[in-house]
Amino acid sequence: MNVIGDIFLVIGAMFIALGGLGLLRMPDVYNRIHAGTKAVTLGSLSVLLGIALLHPTWWPKLLVIAGFLLFTNPVAASIIARAAKISGIKPWRIKEQGGE
Amino acid sequence: MDTPQTTRTVSGAHYAFVFSISLLLWMLLSGSLAWEEVALGAFVSLMITLLFGSRFTIYNGIKFSFMAPLYVLLYLVHFFKELIKANFELAMRVLTPSLPIRPEMVEIKTTLKSPLGRMLLANSITLTPGTLSVDVTDDTILVHWVYCPPGTDAKMATDAIAASFERHIKRFLV
Repeated sequence: MNVIGDIFLVIGAMFIALGGLGLLRMPDVYNRIHAGTKAVTLGSLSVLLGIALLHPTWWPKLLVIAGFLLFTNPVAASIIARAAKISGIKPWRIKEQGGE
Repeated sequence: MDTPQTTRTVSGAHYAFVFSISLLLWMLLSGSLAWEEVALGAFVSLMITLLFGSRFTIYNGIKFSFMAPLYVLLYLVHFFKELIKANFELAMRVLTPSLPIRPEMVEIKTTLKSPLGRMLLANSITLTPGTLSVDVTDDTILVHWVYCPPGTDAKMATDAIAASFERHIKRFLV
């Protein structure tokens, strides 16, 4: 049980690290939100699952945390993207042959 | 989200739902099944339901039926499958040296009517492969798509992004 919990913790940390890498590599704010939302949501869920396996008595609270994360993370991401759009940031687009 | 929700008459099922959600949250947070805890939780939930139940208009869109829990479960299974897929796809894109992205803003139409349904759909879109919902106005969701195939129109985008979730959500929300 402990080993499986540790594995989930490591997987979660890896996804969060990938999210950070995505933040650095992506070209504009919208793409960065992509990296920052998905990877971090699944990473956090994986960490929570790992903790639930390590401390089985904590699972109800961890479940509540997971539920709130799942509901609020995408909303926050959407709101940031919406604010970026309203403040007039044009999405980065790939340069096609001969222009768009 | 812009359509104002006028206070509709709420059904008994609505009150039962508010009560069970409150009680469930209480039990999860207290983390014990001792009867004193549950009894107190039931009392508090009952008070909340009686005092504020009719104001939880956010739950208006829920279709109460015997099968609804099963549909929610099916939706969750589908959702987690997509979430994991999204992460592997994102990891692939981030780790590929050439950064294979082709971002585009697309508009998709939804047939869901209730604010809760639209919120759930927008949330699902945000957490699934390569898409991020930016804005919701009436039945149109503006989506930022990391890898939009060339020559995509609204119809194609709706099919590719929202159709599968909409099918699932529609079974338990208006």
